Amino acid sequence: MSDVPAAVTVAPSVRGRSLAADAFRRFFKHPTGLVGLFIVGFFVVISLLAPVLKPYDAARDRDLRARLAPPSAERWFGADELGRDQFTRVWHGGRISLRVGLLAVAFAAVTGTVLGLASGYVGGWLDTFIVWLMDIVLAFPGVLLAIVIVATLGPNLTNALIAIAVTQVPLYTRIVRSVVLSVRETEFVQAAKALGSNSLGVVFKHVLPNSLSPLIVQLTLSIGTAILDVAALGFLGLGAQPPQPEWGLMIRDGFTQFLRAPWMSIFPGIAIFLSVVGFNLLGDAIRDVLDPRLRDA
Amino acid sequence: MTAYLLRRLLGLVPVLVGVTLLIFFLTRVIPGDPATAMLGQRAAPNLVQRLRTDLGLDRPLFLNLPKARETGVWTDVLDSQYFSYMSGLLRLDLGRSIYTLIPIAESIRHRFAATFELTLAAMAFAVAVGLPAGVLAATRRGTVADTAIMLLALSGVSFPVFWLAIIMIYVFSVTLGWLPPSGRLSIGMSVDQVTGMYVLDSLLRGRLDVAIDAARHLVMPALALGTIPLAIVVRMTRSAMLDVLGQDYVRTARSKGLSERRVVRVHALRNALLPVVTVIGLSFGSLLSGALLTETVFSWPGIGRWVYDAIAARDYPVIQGGVLFVAVMFAVVNLLVDMTYALIDPRIQYS
Repeated sequence: MSDVPAAVTVAPSVRGRSLAADAFRRFFKHPTGLVGLFIVGFFVVISLLAPVLKPYDAARDRDLRARLAPPSAERWFGADELGRDQFTRVWHGGRISLRVGLLAVAFAAVTGTVLGLASGYVGGWLDTFIVWLMDIVLAFPGVLLAIVIVATLGPNLTNALIAIAVTQVPLYTRIVRSVVLSVRETEFVQAAKALGSNSLGVVFKHVLPNSLSPLIVQLTLSIGTAILDVAALGFLGLGAQPPQPEWGLMIRDGFTQFLRAPWMSIFPGIAIFLSVVGFNLLGDAIRDVLDPRLRDA
Repeated sequence: MTAYLLRRLLGLVPVLVGVTLLIFFLTRVIPGDPATAMLGQRAAPNLVQRLRTDLGLDRPLFLNLPKARETGVWTDVLDSQYFSYMSGLLRLDLGRSIYTLIPIAESIRHRFAATFELTLAAMAFAVAVGLPAGVLAATRRGTVADTAIMLLALSGVSFPVFWLAIIMIYVFSVTLGWLPPSGRLSIGMSVDQVTGMYVLDSLLRGRLDVAIDAARHLVMPALALGTIPLAIVVRMTRSAMLDVLGQDYVRTARSKGLSERRVVRVHALRNALLPVVTVIGLSFGSLLSGALLTETVFSWPGIGRWVYDAIAARDYPVIQGGVLFVAVMFAVVNLLVDMTYALIDPRIQYS
């Protein structure tokens, strides 16, 4: 009996933040998620600190006395064929990979969300057209479309970023479109419309909040993919150009020297691997936390 | 079923037309025209102009309205660059390489066998290792074995494929000397081609020594290419098994007193296989794009390496043809996967 009044007084405050608070609480009990957060945090912090702690100018960096020097106490990751310290370059490479990864994913998410909203909400020929466009993009497996786009626009980091973003747009369009389609017919949206809310209001109040958790999960996992794609394009000579310290490009340089200087390719590869593992662990954990039904998927 | 098949095939048409439009558009945006690329920067302008006319590059891109207006024949509207490209495609004429002048369709025929052999081997590896690993992880859920397998699977999708390939060459070829670092056969060996897949061909001809040599060349590229599908198969098998192991009929099987082994193998695994088969089919796409990187590192003379060389040489007809081929293959395989799925599982409605 005494439970009832208590529940009534507590309910509003609990309800107001239950989802977010609950998610946070569960996240901090998620061991692999914490490892992921730690790795991602580590890469973000060292990348932000790089220009302060170790300013680097790739264009001027050469020290021919240290040519192909193996790893040592002085040069932890050794040196390349121009005598450039690989530790400094891998460190600064993180800035490139994180920046391009984040920007590409942000660009893809914004474009994809707008297209998905338009597609689901307006419907009709616009929906058909957008779905057709997305199907075309999805017809190219993996990094292939990005390769063709960069081969067309010319090989450099900006074009690589645009190309990777384009390949990821359909992921977001699909998520948002399916949420719009499912939310559009629900009673609370019908009610909101009946009460005279305009379409834009409904979108911001009801559709976007419902798309948020699948979007966040997709965002985190896509950053890992984007980092791998940037490196792949760099490795193929289609991304960052010399002398930029981009990880994929460094592995490309290392490949030509790997009989004499295997360290040139080993360390940038480990950096790619660790940062991608970090984002994947984090993304998996966020998915578990936001949607417990998917825990074992 | 026939109606379903037809509908799926028809649905493919607009997407493939879109793909050709996109590839056509992208390759025409490229600065500089193919005629200049073929003759070189210092070629005489009148030669370039003649080649442009010969190649039909002086026509409008999509609709030849001027010509139709001039001749009064409306079908002349279609005398444009895109429509002659399309009519070539329908006759399986993909044009020629700018540099070697070899017809692209012919190169694809030669090179696809190499890519197909590599892809099959990679998939075989992924399934042979991934399926048991996934079952093990599911049946030992929450144990150290489960955690270890899942962490390894996560690593599998986090490696840059080309890096893994380089490290493998360094360890197994350079340091240990166990496996050849590149190519499909040792110098001095040759295969009588039947299918173009060297291991199979040499076995068909009864040449065991050649088959072993070809297989030794195949091991590292296949392992490198197979890591991502392996990780996907492990994750999918585990989650499908966990799903099935929680079903009532598995509890029934257990309560009948069947051995755990029988429950897992017969009752659970069979039912868990369906989503796994699907994911195996669908990861064919990641294999095709992964092949570009793997083949580049191992000098494997397949489609991927060919497209890579074409990109380096700015050989646009080859890029165009190779990429279009991969996209079409990808679409066809995805369609086949859906069909198989519908065939295996009678519950799926063809609607």
